[in-house]
Formats: sequence, structure tokens, C-alpha cells
Amino acid sequence: MPKKLVLHFPPHLIDQPITYRLIKDFGLVVNILRARITPREWGRMVVELTEDGGRWQDAMDFLAEAGVGVEPLAREVLRHEERCIHCTACVAPCPTKALDVPDRYLMEVAFDQDRCIACEICQKVCPYQAMEILFD
Amino acid sequence: MAHFQVNKTYQEINEKIKKGQAVVVTAEEIIGIVRKKGEVAAAREVDVVTTGTFSPMCSSGAFINFGHSQPPIKAARVWLNNVPAYAGLAAVDVYLGVTEPTTDDPLNKVYPGEFKYGGGHVIQDLVAGKAVHLVAEAYGTDCYPNKRLERQITLAETVNAILCNPRNAYQNYNCAVNLSNRTIYTYMGPLRPRGANANFCTSGQLSPLFNDPCYRTLGIGTRIFLGGGVGYAVFPGTQHHPGKPRGDNGVPLGPAGTLMVLGDLKQMSARYLIGASLLGYGCSLTVGLGVPIPLLNEEMAHFCAVSDEEIFAPVVDYGYDYPAGTGRVLGQVSYAQLKAGTIMLDGKEIPAVPLSSFVRAREIADLLKGWITAGRFLLGEPVELLPLAEPRPPVDDPHRDS
Ligand code: SF4
Ligand code: SF4
Repeated sequence: MPKKLVLHFPPHLIDQPITYRLIKDFGLVVNILRARITPREWGRMVVELTEDGGRWQDAMDFLAEAGVGVEPLAREVLRHEERCIHCTACVAPCPTKALDVPDRYLMEVAFDQDRCIACEICQKVCPYQAMEILFD
Repeated sequence: MAHFQVNKTYQEINEKIKKGQAVVVTAEEIIGIVRKKGEVAAAREVDVVTTGTFSPMCSSGAFINFGHSQPPIKAARVWLNNVPAYAGLAAVDVYLGVTEPTTDDPLNKVYPGEFKYGGGHVIQDLVAGKAVHLVAEAYGTDCYPNKRLERQITLAETVNAILCNPRNAYQNYNCAVNLSNRTIYTYMGPLRPRGANANFCTSGQLSPLFNDPCYRTLGIGTRIFLGGGVGYAVFPGTQHHPGKPRGDNGVPLGPAGTLMVLGDLKQMSARYLIGASLLGYGCSLTVGLGVPIPLLNEEMAHFCAVSDEEIFAPVVDYGYDYPAGTGRVLGQVSYAQLKAGTIMLDGKEIPAVPLSSFVRAREIADLLKGWITAGRFLLGEPVELLPLAEPRPPVDDPHRDS
């Protein structure tokens, strides 16, 4: 099962080939969904990792040792349910259908965290500030 | 005078409401009842049909009298949480409009602007019981010597707070698409280029003015659900254009009638008055509004039985046509189609979503139904109905509706 994770890179690691080593040394399948990397600052990368015969635990230990923070993506994208009025404004702009209307009679907007790639579009589009992406 | 088989008066229905005997259903429930039993039987059985809508309504605001200071002030410029309110009224009266942003909002300078806080948000905060920061400035007079006032104020501390919205509950509205080749940010939400998505914004068969399309019961004095409290339709709204083309069922094929509404803000709720930030467009207030429609006769049962298949919205291009004011309509599409999720545009299937909340619209129709059934809400008989004829030919600008 692929897992969506956010990797936080401290400034001194920005020029290190960390993803390369996840693939080469630990045999993981890495799909980069988003990356924000600025010299001398913390970098952030949203990745989808699949074990696929590779060595998952060793890879995680390697990241921890290198000082790369690992967070599940789900913890970083929040919908404040009490603020969402199901206006559907976020549905067309969401690129992955993580926000969608499964039942057209009820017309409720469902949020499927597994599909979310933390692109931040919904955060800008939502008129009621119901979507929050917790970036440093 | 038309002759009907069923003839009920407002008084008779109100007597039944007081006794807890009125039969009330929502505008969705009446459809099936009329289909099954016919209009005459439905009109006999059902007394009131409730409607609901929950959408950004930009032409909204509140009159606030914030109370006299010691020494008194004749406020000339007033801000609430840094949002300017219009103070060209008597001493401590102001009008706070919902589209007014804070004075330091970057607007669209960083495009698309986010418009995080404005008059609508102040109203929401007040209704939620939060204190807001009031600043008033004056030039000082012999009778009102005070030149500056600054204090925190809550809704309970105001002398009066009256929600007064000059144009709400539009009877039909455009379905917006964007045929240009860049994403645009409109009051109809973000529209992707080359007609990639469509946004519409009324609650269709649940919407108040679709259920009384020819204003047989709606007029000055109609008591309504407004922002979670009780309000009134007080006048035809601004840009009320009843003369727009209509289908055989009387339902307008584009934006037509509107309502001016009013109610005591102090008894409203922040669940049904929510500040909105429309990306690249501005601030607004999302207003919950519901109108009860008395089934005085079988004709009203006929009107209230209107369903999404029989209501059509004009598809309008907001990329070129709307800003240029060409008035071009790309086609008509039914609300049934819109709600099903896709419409055809130039031989291409594109997704459609409502910007109005059906979840809350239904909630409002249900809530109002509950109030009437419980005898807590009586019908207001209008002293005058909304005009069905144009007072003068519509101005030569039929497609600019916001
Ligand atoms: S951040 Fe929002 S718009 Fe982007 S994928 Fe996640 S839910 Fe969709
Ligand atoms: S835009 Fe915001 S309020 Fe509207 S459905 Fe999406 S999350 Fe909910």
C-alpha cells in the first residue's frame, strides 16, 4: 500500500540526494507529489512511498538519523467540519477529487484524505476558511 | 377573479397554525404529493410549503445604532473591526455593508486577492456574540462635542441592530462558465479556462421565488426565516425585473425577481449568517433565507410542485461576454441536469456544482416547517404583492445582475 508522507528537510540537508538513496539503497518506490525547497530554509516534500519489496523500516531509520522529519500527510490537511457549509466551491478546483460530491441528492462535499496531495488550492478557494493546511 | 375549488385565507391557515393543526411540508416534499394526489387534493391537505436557500448575497448589510457616548458624538466616520461603516446618518446610526473589506486589505493587488475579512464577517462575529472594536470620529458640534470614540462593543450592547438587505433571494441566476484561456475568479467562484467547469447558484426547486413565480402570495409584509431568526419581505428588491422572459410554467428563464428583506439581527444565528471571502472577488455574507408559501388554492399547489426538470438557468460566459456586457446566452440548462453533476458545453461534458449550500437550504426549509408546525411562526399577509409588471421598461442592461 502506498503511503502519503510529508518529509521535512532541515536547511543543511537541502543539497543531499535523500530521495535517490530511498530508491537506490532501500528499494522504495518514490512518487514526488509536491516539493518546496528554498536554499537555507526548511524544505518540504510531499511523497507517496511504496515498499514494493524494499526495506521500509531501514529507510525510516535512515531518514530519522539524517534529521528528516516524517509526518503522515493526513495530519497536515484538515477540514474544519463546523466551518464547512458544503458550498462545493472547492470541488472543481481540487485536482485529485479528494473533495467531491458522492451523492448528488444530498450534495454534501466529502473529503477523502487518501487522495489529497496538499496542493493548497482548496485553502485559497474555500470562502469560509474551512480547509487548513498546516505548513510551517 | 379566478374560481378555485379550494379557497383558504391567511386567517384560516393562521388559526390552524395556532392550534397546532396546520399541515406543513417542504418545497421538495410537495412535488411528490401533487404528483400522487393532484393539485386540488394537495391544496386541501397541505396548508403551507416551506422553501430555503443559503448563498452568498452581496447586497446585504445591517443598520446599527451603537448607543450614545458621554459626552455625545455625531459620528461622521465609523469602523467596526477596521471595516468602514457608512455614517452619513443621524448621530450614532451606521450602515455596515457586507462587501466592505477592512481598510488595510490588499484587495486584488496580489491577485487573486483573498479578502479574508469584511462587513459580512463583522456581522457574523456580532451574531456569534463576539465583541468588535468600534472606532468613531466626528468633527464636533455644540450639541455633540465628542470627536473620537473607541471601545469594544457586542451585539447585546448595541441599541439596535437590524439586518436590512436590499437584494436577496434572486429568482433564478446564471450558470457561469469561462471560455477565455486563463482561470478567472468571479463572484460565481473560480472558473477554469476553456469552459472546463460550470458553477450555478440557486437552490432550484427549494428556492423561494421558484415556488411562487408570479408572486401570488409574496409581498410587502410576508414573514420569513432570515438568518436563523424571523424577518420580513419589505419591498421588491433592487433590480427586481419581473418582466424577464418566462417559461410556460411562469418560471423566469434568467435572473428576474428579487426581495428586499429585514429583520432583528439580535435574534439571528451565526449558523445562518456567515462571512464569505470570494477569492479574487471580495467579501460577502452568506445568508440563510426561507419563505413560507400558503397553499391558498390549487393554483398555489401547482406552482409549488415545480421541480428541477422544469426550471432552467441561462449558461453565460464570464470570460468575455459577462465583463463585456454582451448579454450573450450560450444556452439553457435545467436544474435537474445541473444537480446531476454535468452539463454539455460545445459537445463536451463538464462538471457543474452549486455555490449555494443545498445541505443548509434543506435544513432551513425543515426548520421553518418545524416552527410553523409547532405554532411558533404565523404567516404574514402581504399588504401589497410584489409587482409582476415592470414599472418601466427594464434598463438596457439585462445581463448585469450583480
Ligand atoms: S489540498 Fe485541497 S485541493 Fe489540493 S488535493 Fe488536497 S483537498 Fe484537493
Ligand atoms: S469550499 Fe469550503 S465550505 Fe465549501 S464545500 Fe469546500 S471546504 Fe466546504
